[in-house]
Amino acid sequence: MSTVAETPPASRDDEKQSGIRQRADALREAGVMAVALAVYRSYIFRRFVFLLFVIWIAATVIFIIPRLSGQDPVKEKLLLEAQRGGAIQSGLDAVAKSYQARLGLDQPLLTQYGNFMFDIVRFDLGPSISFFPRSVNSIIADSIVWSFGLIGTTVILGFTIGTLAGAFLGWPKAPRGVGILFMPFLTISAIPQYLAGIILVFIFAAQLEWLPLFGPYSPGTTPEWSFSFVVEVIRHATLPALALVLSAIGFWAVGMRGMMINNQGEDFMVQAEAKGLKGRRIFFRYGVRNAMLPQVTGLALALGTLLTGALLIERVFVYPGLGDILFQAIRLSDFFVIRGIVFTIIVMVAVATFLLDILYPYLDPRVKYSRS
Amino acid sequence: MTAEGTTARPVVAPEPDAPQGGWADFYENRVYPVLQYAKRNPPLIVGIALLSSLLIFVALGHLFYDHELYRPLSVPTREAPSWDYPFGTDTQGRDLFAVAIRGTTLTLRIGLIAGAVAVVVGTVFAFIAAYYRGWADAVIRVLVDVGLTIPPLLILILIAINTSEPLTVDQMGLAISIVAWVFPARTIRAQVLVLRERSYVEIARLSGTSGPAIIFKEMMPNLLPYITASFVTSVAAGILASIGLEAIGLGIFSAPTLGMTIYWNIQFSSIILGMWWWWLPPIITIIIVFVGLFMISAGLDEWSNPRLRKSV
Repeated sequence: MSTVAETPPASRDDEKQSGIRQRADALREAGVMAVALAVYRSYIFRRFVFLLFVIWIAATVIFIIPRLSGQDPVKEKLLLEAQRGGAIQSGLDAVAKSYQARLGLDQPLLTQYGNFMFDIVRFDLGPSISFFPRSVNSIIADSIVWSFGLIGTTVILGFTIGTLAGAFLGWPKAPRGVGILFMPFLTISAIPQYLAGIILVFIFAAQLEWLPLFGPYSPGTTPEWSFSFVVEVIRHATLPALALVLSAIGFWAVGMRGMMINNQGEDFMVQAEAKGLKGRRIFFRYGVRNAMLPQVTGLALALGTLLTGALLIERVFVYPGLGDILFQAIRLSDFFVIRGIVFTIIVMVAVATFLLDILYPYLDPRVKYSRS
Repeated sequence: MTAEGTTARPVVAPEPDAPQGGWADFYENRVYPVLQYAKRNPPLIVGIALLSSLLIFVALGHLFYDHELYRPLSVPTREAPSWDYPFGTDTQGRDLFAVAIRGTTLTLRIGLIAGAVAVVVGTVFAFIAAYYRGWADAVIRVLVDVGLTIPPLLILILIAINTSEPLTVDQMGLAISIVAWVFPARTIRAQVLVLRERSYVEIARLSGTSGPAIIFKEMMPNLLPYITASFVTSVAAGILASIGLEAIGLGIFSAPTLGMTIYWNIQFSSIILGMWWWWLPPIITIIIVFVGLFMISAGLDEWSNPRLRKSV
């Protein structure tokens, strides 16, 4: 279309003709665009239905698993507290009954399921047992900020650095020395993040004493919007973030390297080479662009594992995110908090995967090609 | 010890008592190609070597060391490594050398149970889905897609907090396989879909071979490398899941697995106490296990997927 517009018309007749052609081209393009858009919209719609389906299945599983075991979370908790306090357990059944009536646990199973689903739709995760009457929502809201900051930053950093490093490792024209990095990357990628965290704590916090051992900020400081406090928070977040980023770099680099090597013999690479394009352009536009696609699919698949890995890192560093709350809830056998955190994380992973899947067609050159 | 059989299969060690007369023949036909292939595929060899050395350590430990000392209060507490206690002792009076011997065995056992069940279940589902298609395929595909989105550790946490009695080691392996079968099912289903369009499968079908016969006689042999690779990956995933469960406090408190040792380390802040001999051995062991399994799966990939043989 653009070529038609640029050629100067020779005569009025030509001008008229070229105008018609231009309009026809524009119409055709609009038609193709409309079809592509319709396909893309139906893809988004189907993907969105699947997202809701995943969340529904997850909610149902969360509802069913405790019922299968035939345990009673309220009674368990009361028994535990009674044992701890050494109290006489005579009135326990009555107390449990009143709690169950209050939490709606004495109703028939289907009614309970209906109530549960109604709560889930409004994202109401119920009250906490250990911190009654605090709601699970408020507990999660307090800690999710820490998790979000830590996980968001490290996933993006690790993916970007790892993918680029892997691209260099699989690039035939990369400097000789780069190849040596492959074995360390391979080793790092195989180490679970929280073990890397323990090693980092030992080196940088216990031995060198460069960075703090644990916690979100030093005990005694009050959270405020000041420069020194921000520095404090960043210093405390460095080691957990480093552990997460390091293992992510290894993981993504190993995958990307394989993809880049696979691409080497492809026709489009040979063609780019034959056209005499600059090495940089071949590397980014032809090599990385194509090898990226399976990486993004991999990211969508790995998100869950990355997130749970981050939860365990929080446990190692006593970082007050969802992972630490989850650990405490498990210790206090606070079933509603555990259930709430599990559900929240599943929703987070499902939504993130959904967003990645929606963005995917934008990254795939073949989809772009069919549009223009 | 099942691990030795499954992981060491690709390189069959030469029989020392092979018939003397046929030795040259045997070397020519059996050993030489294996050695040649080993040279081309270093990851496989490194991986097998790492895991074998671990297994040898465990086996010798079980034979020559009093590994019952893994129980708390069996030795003096907080001793640094010495001749009597090669890996030292922990705050609760466990002999950490005995813990290393028992823990490695238990953790590998969890991984092997989880991996084996996951691969068998995954393969069966993959064949039902990809060979017979129809509604079974639809159901299994949706299950796999949902299972891939939901982080397995979270479901395991829900299962673990809801069991009325603490899990045993074997039960933990089984529990992990409940969530671990989706990955092998996905990989193998994709391969079966490719294979069923091959002409030899078509011919077998046209000559009236039954479905199960085609699956076991025609397709299975071609899928073995993929199934083995899936098994290795599933074992690693199973061990990772078990250590995760243990680190978050849902492990088996009476079992001295590698993950529980890490749990006690975090619980008693061994790093701040300066007890490096407590946290270092389990971490190194876990790294050896994961790097070994990863290398083997990379080597198997190279074996089954010649496209990857192009190297830089």
